[in-house]
Amino acid sequence: MIRVVLPAHLRTLARLTGELQLHVDGPVTQRTVLDALEATYPMLRGTIRDHATQQPRAFLRFFACKEDLTHEPPDSPLPDAVANGTEPLRIVGAMAGG
Amino acid sequence: MMRGWGHLLERDQVARPDNTELTKEDEVSGIRVLVGTRKGTFILSSDGMRDRWDISGPHFAGWEIYHVKGSPADPNRLYASQTSAWFGQVIQRSNDGGKTWQPVGNKFSYDGVPGTHQWYDGTQHPWEFKRVWHLEPSLTDPDTVYAGVEDAAMFRSVDGGQTWQELAGLREAKGHLWQPGAGGMGLHTIVLDPSDPSRIFIAISAAGVFRTDDAGKTWRPMNSGLKSQGELPDPEAEVGHCVHRIAMNPARPDVLFMQKHWDVMRSDDAGASWQEISGDLPSDFGFPIEVHAHEPDTVYVIPIKSDSEHFPPDGKLRVYRSRTGGNQWEALTKGLPQRDCYVNVLRDATAVDSLDPCGVYFGTTGGQVYASANAGDTWAPIVRDLPAVLSVEVQTLP
Repeated sequence: MIRVVLPAHLRTLARLTGELQLHVDGPVTQRTVLDALEATYPMLRGTIRDHATQQPRAFLRFFACKEDLTHEPPDSPLPDAVANGTEPLRIVGAMAGG
Repeated sequence: MMRGWGHLLERDQVARPDNTELTKEDEVSGIRVLVGTRKGTFILSSDGMRDRWDISGPHFAGWEIYHVKGSPADPNRLYASQTSAWFGQVIQRSNDGGKTWQPVGNKFSYDGVPGTHQWYDGTQHPWEFKRVWHLEPSLTDPDTVYAGVEDAAMFRSVDGGQTWQELAGLREAKGHLWQPGAGGMGLHTIVLDPSDPSRIFIAISAAGVFRTDDAGKTWRPMNSGLKSQGELPDPEAEVGHCVHRIAMNPARPDVLFMQKHWDVMRSDDAGASWQEISGDLPSDFGFPIEVHAHEPDTVYVIPIKSDSEHFPPDGKLRVYRSRTGGNQWEALTKGLPQRDCYVNVLRDATAVDSLDPCGVYFGTTGGQVYASANAGDTWAPIVRDLPAVLSVEVQTLP
């Protein structure tokens, strides 16, 4: 199972607490994980990727295994530790403050 | 909570002097004020006396709530536009008057190849969906709701917000000439004509007023008489005016009132022509405009000093009321701060109820929501310290 940690606002929207687990068929990539996430939680469609372009929203980041994977191609394999469930994929809202 | 007799009275009814029990048909169960803020939705509830309020919220805490509005056909059906720079657009729907909510459809896809509009640098720029500014439920069907969006376009849902279809004919009304103002190119006002389901008025910043007479298939600009000296190269251009808000009394749907960027205007022919009615206002700049629920010639505006100083003139928060359909205005000040007040009141942040006397409500960027239960004669804050208020709507509950 793939482990995913969502930002607090999206956990509230999806009525989740803590991290979630997803089953992904085939290669584990950003795209396949997000496809599985949106299929399981349809209220999240459009909130992580733009409906029209399918591009990740500008102020979101994808972290795993202490690396920033945000700008990796969407079809690149995620780290083995994510694919085997050892580490979660963290979807993070970019910092904002003043 | 103390309850007097006034809360039971529909308009035009008279209090019973012997205090005999009113029938169920006489009852007005209350007032519900729906407040959208920069950090969530708040629901303010009262009985018909409108002097004690329960406050619930924040709902959708941390999200910008551009607008919340209830269905006239089913007051328990509410729609809310929830948006975020991080997570985009969400539409929420409630079937129980705001106690619980469900996210519904948030896919706003422009019809066909969306084309381009004017951009700040004079080039053409592709239409891009950013957010929903305004939701307008149908007058007769709880599942039908219209959405005004940025970049300016009109969408309609007939399944309770699950799916949205663009009324693309609007962008054919010289859309290539529309241009965003500094606040974005949003369709912010939707006025449904209760006498003709096929007629809808909308307003866009900065494009102007448009009207359809065929339920949204075709649209035409309705800006004759508007003058935007200093803002447009042709001050009387057919499109491009920065209309901030239009309002109608449902009993007289051919008469419209407008707060433009500068100028308060009136049309007596369903938008075909406009005349200025700013009269003796201290400033004719402002954002909202509202019409009394029972007096079609009683109009409310909240003057703001200027487009570069978005606060009330002289630090005094004053609602201005005209009982003559414009030109003659009186300042309503009782209960409002008359010194050191530098808040703004945004275009969707005023509303009226349909009790008698008519209740008037507005919210400020300082987080206050003020109410008047006597048509503006006196005011009191319902709540003082909310996040900046983006929108206020009122439901008079059966």
